[in-house]
Amino acid sequence: MLKLRLFGLVAAGALVLSFGCGGGGEEAASEPAAGETAAVETFTVDPATAASVSGKVSFEGEAPRATRINMSAEPDCHGLHSEPPTASPVEVADGSLANVFVWVKSGLEGKKFETSKTPVRLDQKGCLYTPRVVAVQTGQTLNVGNDDPTTHNIHPLPKANREFNKSQSPGASDIEATFPRQEIMIAVKCNIHPWMKAYINVVDHPFFAVTGADGTFDLKGLPPGDYVIEAVHETLGNKEMNVTLGDSASETADFSYAG
Amino acid sequence: MSGLHRFALFTAASTLCLIIAGALVTSNDAGLSVPDWPLSYGQWMPEMVGGVFYEHGHRMIASFVGFLTIILNVWLWRSESRSWVKKLGLAAFFAVVAQGVLGGLTVLYFLPTPISVGHACLAQLFFTMTVSIALFTSPAWKRQAAERADRMLDEGSPTLRHLALGANLIILTQLALGAAFRHKGFGIEPHLIGAAAVALIVIWVLARVTSRFASDRPLMRWALLINGLVMMQLALGGATFWVRAATESSPQPLLPMVALTVAHVAVGALILAISVLFTIQAHARTRRPSNDVEQPDLATSS
Repeated sequence: MLKLRLFGLVAAGALVLSFGCGGGGEEAASEPAAGETAAVETFTVDPATAASVSGKVSFEGEAPRATRINMSAEPDCHGLHSEPPTASPVEVADGSLANVFVWVKSGLEGKKFETSKTPVRLDQKGCLYTPRVVAVQTGQTLNVGNDDPTTHNIHPLPKANREFNKSQSPGASDIEATFPRQEIMIAVKCNIHPWMKAYINVVDHPFFAVTGADGTFDLKGLPPGDYVIEAVHETLGNKEMNVTLGDSASETADFSYAG
Repeated sequence: MSGLHRFALFTAASTLCLIIAGALVTSNDAGLSVPDWPLSYGQWMPEMVGGVFYEHGHRMIASFVGFLTIILNVWLWRSESRSWVKKLGLAAFFAVVAQGVLGGLTVLYFLPTPISVGHACLAQLFFTMTVSIALFTSPAWKRQAAERADRMLDEGSPTLRHLALGANLIILTQLALGAAFRHKGFGIEPHLIGAAAVALIVIWVLARVTSRFASDRPLMRWALLINGLVMMQLALGGATFWVRAATESSPQPLLPMVALTVAHVAVGALILAISVLFTIQAHARTRRPSNDVEQPDLATSS
């Protein structure tokens, strides 16, 4: 009986090894044949026909009241503020909603765009992330800086990208991160300071924006075509709009959330 | 009370404190505030601020409990005549080592749910081992075994022993479901169903003890204690759930939510431990109808 079990284990192990080492049929099929070019050419938008979508994200009704953050557990953070700062995922000013990620959700399939070489910055200042929502292209560098007199740890929680958790002491050099896969609203937290929250959006193309205090966004340089524009807020959810862009067209897409 | 028994009690109490410290880590969302292991920020003693206070504090208490377990083992092997008690001590030692490794893995692999749940469950089991060692080294246990009081028949189907064993399994499953909920393995519904199952089984146990073993005061006390703890746990669970929902939009964990959740975890650990002690007592204080075989003297048997 024991010999039979051992034989079964060895056989199973051999089977697993054979699949792992030699059975990668899918991988073999994706490898280009000798002489073929594997690189995909980047898509260049014709400036003569480039179009744009702009708009504003507004908020109707009463916004949730901002909550005071208790930083007393961390004296170095507490001392950076004359009074406890407030935090609210819903930042409304004169009916305009900030921190909304707006992007072209569909309509650019099959097109590969050049990745921007300009890094995007996420700061840790006053023991808060600034800005709260950032966006980068796949492969674009995100620089995370620590302007505080205390150590933070930067802990993104992606589902499609690789998770990491790095500490950053005061005065340390920026942490550089890149994300190879498109993923929307990756939550970021600092486990030392649980009130710190941010979101990273990673997109395959350069047509995205994050609204500021005025709630506006502007997606320029789009090729003509039919698109789905999506607005994403961390707590208020997603909204989509279909937009058709003609040659050199400038269309408007306004989104509205309600409390 | 012997020195060994007192030390075993102290180890068990320290283990409960360690479970509380661990619950504080999770409830304060400080699980990965120290990104490296086994050192903390490359040091034995980092600056204890924010989440680091909870995470490194938990590691320090864990190390202390580890040392206590080593000392307990040395003491058992030097002075305990019953080999099965020594082996239980050894099992506890390996459990606490495994706990340390699991804790390290949760840090290095960013809190994977199965490892986090395993870490939580093994903590409860280790606590149960330390409590059991405290029982077996107690003068009362040795006296009970030595006196060989008339044991009552454990009749009925299922027997009280089987009910008690079943209660242990259901309680352990419920602890695992709670840990899985806390570590975002799945929703709260399975844990709610588990709560109902625990309540039913402990009521059944109490009903059995009341109907057939009412004259056995220790068994009655244990059964009443388990039921009291479960009632308290149901109230704590409800309060925790309500406060958690009410403070969902808070930017940070608030004290009421943290306190209630930690209390809920601690009482859960106590329920499992008391249930296991009850099971041990049910086996020691009853006999099966066909069991006329001379029982080993648990006070001295090796």
